[in-house]
Amino acid sequence: MHPAKSVIFFTTASGAGYGLLFFLLLGSLFGIIPGDFWFLFLSFGLAYFLITAGLLSSTFHLGHPERAWRALTQWRSSWLSREGVMAILTYIPSGLYAIFKLFLPETGGAAVAVLGVLGAIACIITVYCTAMIYASLKPVHAWANHYVPPGYLLLSAATGAVLVNCLMVLWRAEVFLPSWLAVLLLGASLFWKIRYWKFLDGTKSVSSPESATGLGEFGRVRLLEAPHTEANYLMKEMGFKIARKHAAKLRWITLLAGFALPLLLIVLSMNVTGGFAAFLVILSVASAAIGILAERWLFFAEARHTVGLYYGAEHA
Amino acid sequence: MNDRRPARDPRVDTALLVSDEVKTTTCYMCACRCGIKVHLKNNKIRYIEGNPDHPINGGVLCAKGSAGIMQQNSPAKLRKPLLRTGERGKGEFREIEWEEALSLATEWLQEARGTDPSRLAFFTGRDQSQSFTGWFAKQYGTRNFAAHGGFCSVNMAAAGLYSIGGAFWEFGEPDWEKTKYFMMFGVAEDHDSNPIKIGLGKLKTRGDAKFVSVNPVRTGYSAIADEWLGIRPGTDGLFVLSIIQELLKADKIDWNYLIRYTNAPWLVIRNPGAANDGLFARGDDGKPLMALKDKSIVSSETTDGTPVLVGEYKLPSGETCVPAFQIMAEKYLTDDYSPERAAKETGIDAATIRRIAAELAHAAFEEEITLDIPWTDWAGRKQDKMIGRPVSMHAMRGISAHSNGFHTCRSIHLLQMLLGSVDVPGGFRHKPPFPKPCPPGGGAAGKVTTANTPLNGMPLGFPTSPEDLIIDDAGNPLRIDKAYSWEYPIAAHGLMHTVIRNAWEKEGPEIDVLFMYMANMGWNSSMNVPDTVRYLTDKNEDGSYRIPKIIYSDAYYSETVPYADLILPDTTYLERWDCISLLDRPISTAHGPADSIRQPVVPPDRDVRPFQDVLLDLGARLKLPGFVTEAGDAAYPGGYADYMVNHERMPGLGPLGGWRNADGSGKGRGAPNPNQLKAYIDNGCFWIKPFTEEQSYYKFAGKSYLEEAVRMGWIGKADRVVMHIYSEPLQKFRLAAEGHGDIQPPEEMRDRLKNYFDPLPIWYKPFVEEAVDGDEYPLHAVTQRPMHMYHSWGSQNAWLRQITARNPLFISADLGHDMDIADGDWVWISSTHGKVKAEVKLMEGVNRQTVWTWNAIGKRKGAWGLKEDAPEATKGFLLNQIIPELLPPRADGYRYSNSDPVTGQAAWYDLRVKIEKCAAHECGETAPMMPSQNHLIGGPAPLDISRYGEDLKGSPSGMPSVRQKDWIGNREENAETAGLRPGHGNKVTAFEVEEKE
Amino acid sequence: MTSLPTTKPEKKLGLVIDLDICVGCHACAVNCKEWNTGGHSAPLTDIDPYGADPNGVWFNRIHSFEVTNDEGEGRTVNFPKSCLHCEDAPCVTVCPTGASYKREEDGIVLVNADHCIGCKLCSWACPYGAREYDETAGVMKKCTLCVDKIYNPNLPEESRVPACVSTCPAGARSFGDFADPESDVSKLVASRGGFDLMPEQECKPTNKYLPPRPKKLGQAADDIQALTPIADNSAGVIARWIDKFLSA
Ligand SMILES: Nc1nc2c(c(=O)[nH]1)N[C@H]1C(S)=C(S)[C@@H](COP(=O)(O)OP(=O)(O)OC[C@H]3O[C@@H](n4cnc5c(=O)[nH]c(N)nc54)[C@H](O)[C@@H]3O)O[C@H]1N2
Ligand SMILES: Nc1nc2c(c(=O)[nH]1)N[C@H]1C(S)=C(S)[C@@H](COP(=O)(O)OP(=O)(O)OC[C@H]3O[C@@H](n4cnc5c(=O)[nH]c(N)nc54)[C@H](O)[C@@H]3O)O[C@H]1N2
Ligand code: SF4
Ligand code: SF4
Ligand code: SF4
Ligand code: SF4
Ligand code: SF4
Ligand SMILES: [Mo]
Repeated sequence: MHPAKSVIFFTTASGAGYGLLFFLLLGSLFGIIPGDFWFLFLSFGLAYFLITAGLLSSTFHLGHPERAWRALTQWRSSWLSREGVMAILTYIPSGLYAIFKLFLPETGGAAVAVLGVLGAIACIITVYCTAMIYASLKPVHAWANHYVPPGYLLLSAATGAVLVNCLMVLWRAEVFLPSWLAVLLLGASLFWKIRYWKFLDGTKSVSSPESATGLGEFGRVRLLEAPHTEANYLMKEMGFKIARKHAAKLRWITLLAGFALPLLLIVLSMNVTGGFAAFLVILSVASAAIGILAERWLFFAEARHTVGLYYGAEHA
Repeated sequence: MNDRRPARDPRVDTALLVSDEVKTTTCYMCACRCGIKVHLKNNKIRYIEGNPDHPINGGVLCAKGSAGIMQQNSPAKLRKPLLRTGERGKGEFREIEWEEALSLATEWLQEARGTDPSRLAFFTGRDQSQSFTGWFAKQYGTRNFAAHGGFCSVNMAAAGLYSIGGAFWEFGEPDWEKTKYFMMFGVAEDHDSNPIKIGLGKLKTRGDAKFVSVNPVRTGYSAIADEWLGIRPGTDGLFVLSIIQELLKADKIDWNYLIRYTNAPWLVIRNPGAANDGLFARGDDGKPLMALKDKSIVSSETTDGTPVLVGEYKLPSGETCVPAFQIMAEKYLTDDYSPERAAKETGIDAATIRRIAAELAHAAFEEEITLDIPWTDWAGRKQDKMIGRPVSMHAMRGISAHSNGFHTCRSIHLLQMLLGSVDVPGGFRHKPPFPKPCPPGGGAAGKVTTANTPLNGMPLGFPTSPEDLIIDDAGNPLRIDKAYSWEYPIAAHGLMHTVIRNAWEKEGPEIDVLFMYMANMGWNSSMNVPDTVRYLTDKNEDGSYRIPKIIYSDAYYSETVPYADLILPDTTYLERWDCISLLDRPISTAHGPADSIRQPVVPPDRDVRPFQDVLLDLGARLKLPGFVTEAGDAAYPGGYADYMVNHERMPGLGPLGGWRNADGSGKGRGAPNPNQLKAYIDNGCFWIKPFTEEQSYYKFAGKSYLEEAVRMGWIGKADRVVMHIYSEPLQKFRLAAEGHGDIQPPEEMRDRLKNYFDPLPIWYKPFVEEAVDGDEYPLHAVTQRPMHMYHSWGSQNAWLRQITARNPLFISADLGHDMDIADGDWVWISSTHGKVKAEVKLMEGVNRQTVWTWNAIGKRKGAWGLKEDAPEATKGFLLNQIIPELLPPRADGYRYSNSDPVTGQAAWYDLRVKIEKCAAHECGETAPMMPSQNHLIGGPAPLDISRYGEDLKGSPSGMPSVRQKDWIGNREENAETAGLRPGHGNKVTAFEVEEKE
Repeated sequence: MTSLPTTKPEKKLGLVIDLDICVGCHACAVNCKEWNTGGHSAPLTDIDPYGADPNGVWFNRIHSFEVTNDEGEGRTVNFPKSCLHCEDAPCVTVCPTGASYKREEDGIVLVNADHCIGCKLCSWACPYGAREYDETAGVMKKCTLCVDKIYNPNLPEESRVPACVSTCPAGARSFGDFADPESDVSKLVASRGGFDLMPEQECKPTNKYLPPRPKKLGQAADDIQALTPIADNSAGVIARWIDKFLSA
């Protein structure tokens, strides 16, 4: 699948944003994060910035962004629509909660807590919806599998945790729990990603050139001539091919920059203090960002669509 | 229930007004000439669909035809007459007015005509008005005239006309409804483009016929064949002759048919060394003789008694003679034609050859058809049935484009005759005006040219003996293309492919003006392109061009335009009148004679004129007889439309057969009718006169047909057409080569004539293969036509070029494996002549020794309104770059053209090559890369984005939607196999259409 | 509604494509483009039509495949493909705007260009590659089953079928109602063993493909007698003929 920049940025940014928002809500509910106005203001601000920037960027690749509102109408069947609806819904309880915590920290009590809980659940559901957009696309074997929804949730959580950890280190707050959470989630993500790739390398789509053409009973099917000698929309959009060597390199970048390095940096940061710790956690964020961008890029680039079977792909 | 109107979906208006007007005309996206309906909206073309009533296409339309809209929008359309300003080939021109262009052309032509009219060479390429352009040439007085047949498929035409009185091309067709066994040789697409597809669809759907395709490549038609025989190119003749051996040996031949309808019983004189050896024994009346069972020798016209096909007879003169059949049988029963020998050359194993022979015999004799159609033969004998041998064959350029193509094609016809399957139910059927007498009448071509005087005959003819050659007293060719010389005696279509070289070489006749029309001679219709453009641009010492003046009419900015001095821009086919005439290459089907017209459906948006109008104008300015009235005024002031209606070749016979006489009552014959064109338009721009059942088969022998043919002016007398298994005209040339007769060939040509003028079909290795070292150049290289592209002119089409914008070299996967060549690798393809670079595509379905590519996709930079970086120019390649136009030198250094020695047919597919992987730095772009030709002056910049149609959606009609119509693609044929309702597809059984009057 | 019709459609219009007789001529693809560039989804934009990278919107495309079995016997199969108007069309259910819809009355899957946001998701969801994004219009387009042709009272009856069907020179394409088991297309599919493309994708395509039929290869072996020579050599053969014709 063609790795469109806007979509990659969207999933990276809003994924991290929802993860961050989720942990901010939980952290705030359980009093783990500082209740400080500026901390909350900047942290929630960052979360909403990431989410919103991501969502906006995802509308850039639309042919008709001005009609984007229509995408909210089909939540009964479309995961994309559900995601849109949930993205907007998430703003409401989480936003109200943040407003209360920022401006009326003393009021609300249980009712505000409920908003927080709802917000956190909404974050999960939103990320889940995003994941399901892909996981429900049967023609893409790399997406339509059981690894993808947990993967999305894990990645979102891990990047969120890395961000929370970073913010708290910068705020010089107590970070034992966030740090370990980040380490744990990074580790789990790493593990999950490896499992995912194992799955990807070891299995193929149920569809093949033989099933795509229905000619399997006559033998092995091989494309002789494509409908056009130059690439068409389908091939540009869904026929993206990535060289094996290139993919292997990116996988290493993902594993190292995305998970291993941030994990190490965070573990290291727990053993140092002050400016150096801050430096390490900022580095962990930067590293994760690079790694996750690579991971997202690969998520598209490695994904093969069944339409390729009509254009010479031997499997999908 | 089912006819409940669908609930209205408010999001779609399904009842829009599609068009403001629908006009019928005839397609010319290729030479097949289908009927079309052009929907016009806002003065633009909204949609072109097949005309369901039309005899050729019955409503279907191919990819090219469907892309007519984009032809009309081509950025390569010429816009105004052009006069060359820069050097030839640079594409530097000045736009001039028509008056200037026409006076200049008149001046040049007048000058030549005043000296010797043959100083004009008029070659008209893909001309669909040859009876008109040929007439111009004749009235002008030049013998140097031909159209494209010589580089196309004259082998098929000549072999057919000299054997069965008709030919493959689109001049005949298998009996699609009844055939049980169909063999197709070397066809990728054919002139009979849509009819073949329609026919194959029917035949395959019927499911009770076998379709065998003999072709080195398994694509297109071959893909749907029941059996594909991946033959080695150039060897079909031997394959067929070995089948003939099998049939002869097993006595599986139609004796009766041979006796009645062919010259098999005619007695041939056996008198080795004598001047009459191999000629027919003739009676005092000049008629050939035959022997009867009682050993009496009688005229071949005799209808009593039983003629015999074997035995040796003595003539009253004492000479020995034997029936032609026996000479034939003796020849093919030798080991030279055994399946084993054939297997070695063809790559088709002997068992397969034997099986095919058995299958043919089975289909012909065990599955005989009898139709209850009573008929009367030429001699008045009544028969109550028509016997059919349901074996049919079709062949085209895979056979013709080899230097042994004439004989190979004759071999196929011989096989058809032995099986009794020509023009019988289930067999190959002639389309009127064929069959013609065999060998064709009309005689020799015009030879004598005199200043300011018409030629003493038509410029093209059908020689039957050395007397008919167009040579001077020393035996040298008189025509610029050397047609009808000792080199190519039966060059019935001329040799357009030799004109440029010969005109440059100046060893033979010289010319002042080369006038060409509709042929891309600067590129894909010439061999050896690099030298061809050199010939066009070479200069004499005084700085003048070696080919003095070149006039060219094209409609588009092709690769040839830059090489002309004066360009006469033509209209597109949707902008002009045209006439597809029975005098020429009509649209007839086996079901009846038909002709058609084109009418302008859109006005030209540029200063261009229909070429035929221009030629009439030039003829009038030159005051050519027939082009002017006695008073000296233009005879056809209304242009070509006027000519179409009012010209008469003979009293009552004009270009169009339909609605003649003032009241429209004339069919085929009659006085001109001023309302004729309107009648055509009212009928969908075509006219057909369906045959009766009796006229539909056995046309060569059936009285009813023969009389009809006389009435229609196709033949002079209602004599039967005798098919020729043994060709006496060929023997006459051979006898000359052996030293007999007054007209003698030059010494160095005797062997060639002796070898190739065998009165019976022979097989020999194609010349290039014979001459070239097979170890060094182990591969055959051929081309195929893509079904969606017409030669060079499809690439300017925004839709068609999206399908094919570059051409790879297809090679066998085995070969690729052995040579370590993979898909996408680049290779050099080298012949003795040069090399060209291409990207490789591996495939399974190709003969191991054959490589091939799609024809004429590669383009020169700057041509056809394409941008410089178009893949056609950078990745696509032209095989013609490395096809030599001459054969290796003879002992004395003389070089024949790379053509068939009988007909002069260009031997495109004799090419032998080797391939080598390119070095890494050489990959990615083709070579040689000729410099860009300037872009068309005054032409529009090619669009970056085309949104054609956005304003053509149509307005609401307010009408309610109607029920949609079911459609079964294979129509009646499906009905037979699946119990479906018949006949609710398009009207493809168009022969049933009655004339609407 | 972006959900699929809940009631069983009264009609299920679609195409049958006969792979046994398709010669791969591209006529259906070009005629489709021609009709539709001025039709419901007009225009079928072409980008760089005369340049290095020409690519445009097409609703129908012709592929060709080579199929080789273990014995090394091969065949070439031409393979046209357009939207299959699936019963369980994922391109419809993924659409977030409702622009992509399946008509209740006849099962035709269409895009409402006024509502489409051009998110391309439907093109990802279609396993067959049957959706076409028009970059310049910013909306998705696709085969309309010529909805503006098949019901159009302004066209003559023969024209009221999909463009690709009426134009196909080989007659390899049929059109009709699959909801009716007695319809001609249903019967054709039943008699010829018509099949679905990628049934495992569970889209339940309406369009059906007819398989290439067994090649008539072994005819000679089965019911055709091998030819037997009437004599061993050429002279013998001719002698037999002389006997046969002259000495009786
Ligand atoms: N390698 C190889 N070479 C081949 C062949 C092959 O198989 N392989 N095939 C050979 C054969 S059989 C043929 S027939 C030739 C064909 O080759 P050509 O006869 O050259 O055919 P085209 O290139 O299609 O078109 C000829 C010219 O006609 C112009 N034209 C088109 N429409 C009109 C019109 O309405 N009016 C006028 N005045 N001009 C028009 C086009 O612009 C073009 O320049 O190629 C031959 N060359
Ligand atoms: N779409 C389209 N239609 C056209 C044209 C076009 O350019 N495009 N051109 C028109 C013209 S001018 C012509 S002449 C006709 C020609 O129509 P075809 O005769 O179909 O012409 P080719 O494409 O040259 O096909 C020749 C076939 O012969 C095969 N072949 C080559 N050598 C041999 C051999 O030695 N033996 C056998 N058995 N097969 C061999 C090739 O693989 C190829 O399949 O088509 C006409 N129709
Ligand atoms: S075969 Fe195609 S291009 Fe040729 S005349 Fe017919 S419709 Fe036109
Ligand atoms: S083929 Fe693709 S576009 Fe057509 S209905 Fe099925 S899923 Fe949708
Ligand atoms: S591109 Fe248009 S039709 Fe397709 S899913 Fe998006 S909104 Fe729906
Ligand atoms: S049904 Fe109409 S829109 Fe669909 S492929 Fe055929 S011609 Fe094109
Ligand atoms: S028009 Fe018919 S024969 Fe040609 S590609 Fe389409 S389905 Fe096949
Ligand atoms: Mo030709």
